[in-house]
Amino acid sequence: MSRRTGLAVGLASLLGAALFPLLVTRPTWQNTAILMLMTAQLGVAWNILGGYAGQVSLGHAAFFGTGAYVSTLLSMRLGVSPWAGMLAGGAVAAALSAVIGWPCFRLKGHYFAMATIAVGEIVQALVNGWEALGGAVGFSLPFTESGLWGFVWGRSKLPYHYIALGLLLLTLSVNWLVTRSHVGYYLRAIKDEPDAARSLGVSLGRYKQIAMMLSSALAAMGGTLYAQKELFIDPGSTLSTSLSIKMALVAILGGVGTLTGPIVGAVVLTAIEEASRIGFGGTGRGTDLIVYGLLIVVIAVYQPSGIMGWVARRWPAPGPAPTGPPAAGLAPEAKPS
Amino acid sequence: MTGQLLLQTVLSGLLVGLVYALVAVGLTIIFGVMDIVNFAHGEFLMVGMYASFWGFALWKLDPLFTLPLTALALFALGAAVYRLVIRRITDAPMLSQIFTTFGLMILARGLAQYLWKPDFRSVDRTIVAGKVAFAGLQFGLPQVVAAGGAVATTGAVWWFLRSTRLGAALEATAADKEAAALMGIDAQKMFALAWGIGAGCAGVAGALLSTYYPIFPEVGANFILMAFVLVALGGFGSVTGAFWAGILVGVVEVVGGFLWDPAYKLVLVLALYLLVVWLRPQGLLGKA
Repeated sequence: MSRRTGLAVGLASLLGAALFPLLVTRPTWQNTAILMLMTAQLGVAWNILGGYAGQVSLGHAAFFGTGAYVSTLLSMRLGVSPWAGMLAGGAVAAALSAVIGWPCFRLKGHYFAMATIAVGEIVQALVNGWEALGGAVGFSLPFTESGLWGFVWGRSKLPYHYIALGLLLLTLSVNWLVTRSHVGYYLRAIKDEPDAARSLGVSLGRYKQIAMMLSSALAAMGGTLYAQKELFIDPGSTLSTSLSIKMALVAILGGVGTLTGPIVGAVVLTAIEEASRIGFGGTGRGTDLIVYGLLIVVIAVYQPSGIMGWVARRWPAPGPAPTGPPAAGLAPEAKPS
Repeated sequence: MTGQLLLQTVLSGLLVGLVYALVAVGLTIIFGVMDIVNFAHGEFLMVGMYASFWGFALWKLDPLFTLPLTALALFALGAAVYRLVIRRITDAPMLSQIFTTFGLMILARGLAQYLWKPDFRSVDRTIVAGKVAFAGLQFGLPQVVAAGGAVATTGAVWWFLRSTRLGAALEATAADKEAAALMGIDAQKMFALAWGIGAGCAGVAGALLSTYYPIFPEVGANFILMAFVLVALGGFGSVTGAFWAGILVGVVEVVGGFLWDPAYKLVLVLALYLLVVWLRPQGLLGKA
C-alpha cells in the first residue's frame, strides 16, 4: 500500500469512527464501538513496549488496574475529578513500571514474559486481599451528577465514545512520536540486535524503561476510562492475566510493531468476541470459547505476521522498500540452519 | 506454634508441592526440547481429571485403577496436539507460539464446558478415602497417595531420560537440535514424544488429584501458574529443578498461608520466584 493510500484509509477510518455513534443509534452497536476503541487504545499502548521494544509483557493489566483504582479512590475518598485521577493514575503506573522494570529487564524472551505474568498476578492477589482497596468485591463508583467534571454520563454513551477516540488518538501520537525520535531507533536496535546496540553504547535498560513507562502510563489512562464507563471495578475485571493477554493479543492479531496493527486487531477481535458471545453465548455451554479459541489458533499458526502483515504482502508498497521493516516484527525470525 | 504443628504444616506443603512438581515436569520437558511455553498444559491436567471422573461415573472404576489408561490416553492426546498444531509453529516467533497454546487453552476449556457442563464434579468414593495418622500428625490419605504417585511418576520420567536410549535421544535433541539430527535422531519424533510425555505427566497428576480435588473445565488455571513458577524457578528444561522447586514452593505456600494470611500465599510464592530469577535468571538448577 502506498503512503497516500494508507493516509486516505486512515482518514476515512477516523471519519467513520467519529460519525459512527451519530449514524448508528442501537445501544449494543454503540457499546461495541466504544469497546473497540478502548481495546485498540490498550493494544497500541502495549505495542510501544511489546512491539517496538520487543519486550513481551503479559502483566499489563497491573497498569490498567492501577489507572482504574487510583482515579476511583481519589474521586471517592478525596473528591478529585477523575480527569486529574487519570493523570495521577498514569503517573503512578509509570512509577510502578520503573519498580517492576528494574528486576524484570534482566530477563529476556520467555523469561521476561513469565516474570511479568508473576508481577500481574501479585498485584491482583494483593488487591484481592486488601480491604481498603475493596478486596475481591471491588467498588461500585457513586453515580454523581452527569457532566464533564465528574466524568460520568448517564443517558448517552456518546461522550465515552469521543473520549475513547481521543485517548486512542493521543496514544497513537505518542507511539508515532516515539518511533520518529531517537528513542524509537534505539528501541528497534535493541529489539533486532541487542548485542550490537549495546556495543554501540545504547543503554538497553534505559530505553526499555522509557518504553515501559510510556506504555504503562497510557494503559493506566485506559483503565480510568474503563472505570468511569462501567462505574464498577474489581480485581477480576481490571487486573486479570487474561486482560493482559488480550492487550498483547490484539497487537499480535493486527501486526506487532506497526502503528495501526493493534487497532485492526482490536476491531477484529472485539467483533469476533461480541459476535460469538451474542450468537453462541448465554447458553453457558462454552460455544463462544470454542469459536474464539479456534480462531486464535488458526491466526497464530497461519498468519503469524498479523492482518497488517497480510495486507503488506497483498498490496505491497510501490518503489523502494520503506525504512524499517513493515510488519516484519512478527515475520519468522531467520534461524541459522 | 508448637513444633508438631510446624511439622504438620511443612509436611502438608510437601504433599501439595510434589503434585505441583509432576505437573511442572511435563511442562519443563516440552520447554526443554522445543523452547515452547505451553499455556494449555493445565488443560491436559483437566482432561486427565475428567477421564478419571468418567471412568468412575460410568463404570465405577477407581481413578487409581484407570490411571495407566489415563496416562496412555493423555500421551496420545499430547502427541496428537503436536502433530496437528504445534508442528506448524516449531520455527515461528515466540509470540505466535505463546498465542497458539493460549488459543488451545481457551479452546479446550470451551470444549470441556460444551461436552461436560461447567458444573463442579467430584469422585465421591475412592479406595483412598480417609485419613492416615502417625506420631500425632494427621494427613488425608488421598493427598498422601497422590504425593506418592507423583514422586513415583517423576522418578520414572527421570529414570527414562537418564537411562534409556530413547531418553538419551530426547535429551540430545533438547541440548542441540541440529547435532542430534546429524546423529540420525528424528527431531519430529522427539518433539511428539516430548509432548506425549508432557501431557502424560499432567494426565497422571490429574488422575491423582481427582481423588480429592473438584473437577471443572477451568481447573487447569489453578495449577498452570504454579507450574510456570516451578519451571522458571527450577530452570527451564530441568526435571530435577522442577522437582526441588515443587517441594520448595509447596512448603512456602502452605507454611506462608498458615503464618501470614491464606489470601496472600500466592504473593509469597510469586515473590520468591521473582527474587530467585532476579538473582539467578537461569533458575536454581538451570544452565546459564
